[in-house]
Amino acid sequence: MAEAVGAVAESLPGDRARAARTVLDQVVLPGEELLLPEQEDAEGPGGAGERPLRLNAGTRSRGRVVCGPGLRRCGDRLLVTKCGRLRHKEPGGGSGGGVYWVDSQQKRYVPVKGDHVIGIVTAKSGDIFKVDVGGSEPASLSYLAFEGATKRNRPNVQVGDLIYGQFVVANKDMEPEMVCIDSCGRASGMGVIGQDGLLFKVTLGLIRKLLAPDCEILQEVGKLYPLEIVFGMNGRIWVKAKTIQQTLILANILEACEHMTADQRKQIFSRLAES
Amino acid sequence: MEGTLPAAAKTCAESGTESGPRGPGCSLRHFACEQNLLSRPDGSASFLQGDTSVLAGVYGPAEVKVSKEIFNKATLEVILRPKIGLPGVAEKSRERLIRNTCEAVVLGTLHPRTSITVVLQVVSDAGSLLACCLNAACMALVDAGVPMRALFCGVTCALNSDGTLVLDPTAKQEKEARAVLTFALDSVERKLLMSTTKGLYSAAELQQCLAAAQAASQHVFRFYRESLQRRYSKS
Repeated sequence: MAEAVGAVAESLPGDRARAARTVLDQVVLPGEELLLPEQEDAEGPGGAGERPLRLNAGTRSRGRVVCGPGLRRCGDRLLVTKCGRLRHKEPGGGSGGGVYWVDSQQKRYVPVKGDHVIGIVTAKSGDIFKVDVGGSEPASLSYLAFEGATKRNRPNVQVGDLIYGQFVVANKDMEPEMVCIDSCGRASGMGVIGQDGLLFKVTLGLIRKLLAPDCEILQEVGKLYPLEIVFGMNGRIWVKAKTIQQTLILANILEACEHMTADQRKQIFSRLAES
Repeated sequence: MEGTLPAAAKTCAESGTESGPRGPGCSLRHFACEQNLLSRPDGSASFLQGDTSVLAGVYGPAEVKVSKEIFNKATLEVILRPKIGLPGVAEKSRERLIRNTCEAVVLGTLHPRTSITVVLQVVSDAGSLLACCLNAACMALVDAGVPMRALFCGVTCALNSDGTLVLDPTAKQEKEARAVLTFALDSVERKLLMSTTKGLYSAAELQQCLAAAQAASQHVFRFYRESLQRRYSKS
């Protein structure tokens, strides 16, 4: 029986907080704590939080580090709350210490201010539309939030229409609100999405991958058939091609892109281009 | 003896053999876990411990009825369906234990006035059912991307009438044991989140079982880490 008690005394792996720098691009689990570069120096060989006195007043610490999705501040460390790969982006203009975030695979969308999403109108009550965006509550959309809309000139929106808009209010305590105009009052592509086409749902990670600047999937798909496509950050894609068959083929390709490697994708595209 | 004990426990967890005499403080049955196998729920996982198998699905953060909403945190619901028959009082009591464990770990304050629902289906029961349900629920919550402050796992201990301790008992061992204790432990400091016990045991034996469970939970957490790394290495 002493053996069982003795086994606990060994050091439990993963207990110490690790430096965020050393864990970049690795899988992190909820509950892990990460040290930022400044604390790393303090906990280093000096031990007991001794920090060497700097004689030059310049080169202050790199500034504030932004804590992105999947991380939370816990004291002066970062606590990982979602499972995924840890990523870091260097600051562009030299301000701050960059952004850390966790790339996780998720299906459920949580509204974020500024995100462009595709919603389905579910109800019209008085002056606002209720739009289902896939979150925990329907978002509200005012009828005046369209380009050129006035009290006399109402937009032609029916229940069941698809809307492409962005969030102006999206936090955990309030009902999300969306609009179909940007800050200058122009539509810039937002508004009611036209007739026909197909709306389907994919994971949030796939949308981010497709919208990344260096993604070749979209260019290859464009070479295949002429198409119209709208990506919503809530995991919804609307696609329309000349015929129904082409639309369905495109929808299947985009859904399968998640699990295919680049070679398999190229094979499928070349086979489709021939036929 | 202390040096060889962790090594023996490690091989038992990975070898996959359930039969044979088991030493004290060793031998969890073979684990297997599969994630993202259901298309409807936001997260799903299937956890196997020996012959016990539980399928879990998580929906959330989703809409909640006004009567059930809590103004400053998420409402967590657990539904446990037995393999045969209608759910009864035993299932209700297990649901409550699992819900209390999940509430301690899930960061509900990030999603107020929403509901997070965990649905568990028992596929086969060959002992240590509650521990398997806890493990499946944890993996499903991770798969759904629900923010958590730590991972958790369940470990079951059975005490025989001669005082020997068996971890992860089969159904037969549970029936013959003098006491069966189930613990839920968290991954950060192996702290105790939930414990439920049945039978006769002394305070010293309780501490002993808890220590053995904490040692065994290391293997479970290592298994979680390996299976999640494998999942993310594919993408």
